[in-house]
Amino acid sequence: MSDVAERVKKIVVEHLSVDPEKVVEGANFIDDLGADSLDTVELVMAFEEEFGVEIPDDAAETIVTVGDAVKFLEKNAA
Amino acid sequence: MFSLTGRKALVTGASGGIGAEIARALHAQGAVVALSGTRAAALEALAAALGERAHVAPANLADRASVEALVPAAEAAMGGLDILVNNAGITRDNLFMRMKDEEWDSVLAVNLTSSFILARSAVKGMMKRRFGRIIGITSVVGVTGNPGQANYCAAKAGMIGMTKSLAAEVASRNITVNCVAPGFIESAMTDALNDKQREAIMANIPAGRMGKGEEIAAAVAFLASDAAGYVNGQTLHVNGAMARI
Ligand SMILES: NC(=O)c1ccc[n+]([C@@H]2O[C@H](COP(=O)([O-])OP(=O)(O)OC[C@H]3O[C@@H](n4cnc5c(N)ncnc54)[C@H](OP(=O)(O)O)[C@@H]3O)[C@@H](O)[C@H]2O)c1
Repeated sequence: MSDVAERVKKIVVEHLSVDPEKVVEGANFIDDLGADSLDTVELVMAFEEEFGVEIPDDAAETIVTVGDAVKFLEKNAA
Repeated sequence: MFSLTGRKALVTGASGGIGAEIARALHAQGAVVALSGTRAAALEALAAALGERAHVAPANLADRASVEALVPAAEAAMGGLDILVNNAGITRDNLFMRMKDEEWDSVLAVNLTSSFILARSAVKGMMKRRFGRIIGITSVVGVTGNPGQANYCAAKAGMIGMTKSLAAEVASRNITVNCVAPGFIESAMTDALNDKQREAIMANIPAGRMGKGEEIAAAVAFLASDAAGYVNGQTLHVNGAMARI
């Protein structure tokens, strides 16, 4: 697992209080990890903080799985 | 019981009658305050009177860019923001049929749209910190309506609806969103009334007097406190029994 993926996983586990084993690339935040819409906003805020990037609203809307987040951050994080 | 020690509060319209009292009350309970308005000199004077724990954050709420910049400025000055009081407000009264677009637009912009933008920008940090208090100063006429004030009443009613929706969205994060609805409060505006107008108003106030700014401030201080943590999405009417709603 890449460094970015590790850090994303850590945030997701902490924030949603889910079993780390469930936080796989294809896991959908809402359907698989029990997030509600407000949790997804908070996750994006946590990613922004951890990676020092700004995630615009239209990009945030496309981040629905763990893999989406990793991909976005690998591409955009400094 | 209602201590605000360590809390950081932004009060808009702090250069006005009610806003200054709100700022004084929050400050007296121990909060750090950021005072906003357009008249920097009036804000500076209040900050000087309060002494420590008072910052000045001027902004023109009729201007989008200025509204957007206000919460970040207050957060930078105080190191965070726990309490937002949307108190600034204007009137541009006219009969409905004569009301100009500009009168409608300016009242909606200052009284409602700025409250939306400030709350949207404040709630982010509040979610992270798992604590927040957003308090809107609406008006009794936002619920009852008032001839000559369609724009003002629409904005004040809008604030109540916005408050209820936001409360439902963020209550799980320990954030409360409420309104205080003053009736007639002694102010520069009400001082300008003539005796006849004053009499007509008094006839409708069972308490037999107008309210004072500090009586609105006390309601705000309560809602801002930890003790009011389960009061959420509500409008607290402070009107001397003028309207029982
Ligand atoms: N007084 C009453 O009987 C009564 C009754 C019900 C509700 N209310 C509500 O209570 C709130 C306070 O009223 P008040 O009686 O204290 O009125 P006020 O003395 O006229 O104060 C109004 C405040 O709003 C600020 N403001 C106005 N336009 C602004 C703008 N474009 N940008 C930034 N700030 C602006 C003013 O700041 P500057 O002067 O520095 O521009 C001032 O501090 C208002 O929302 C009002 O609708 C009052």
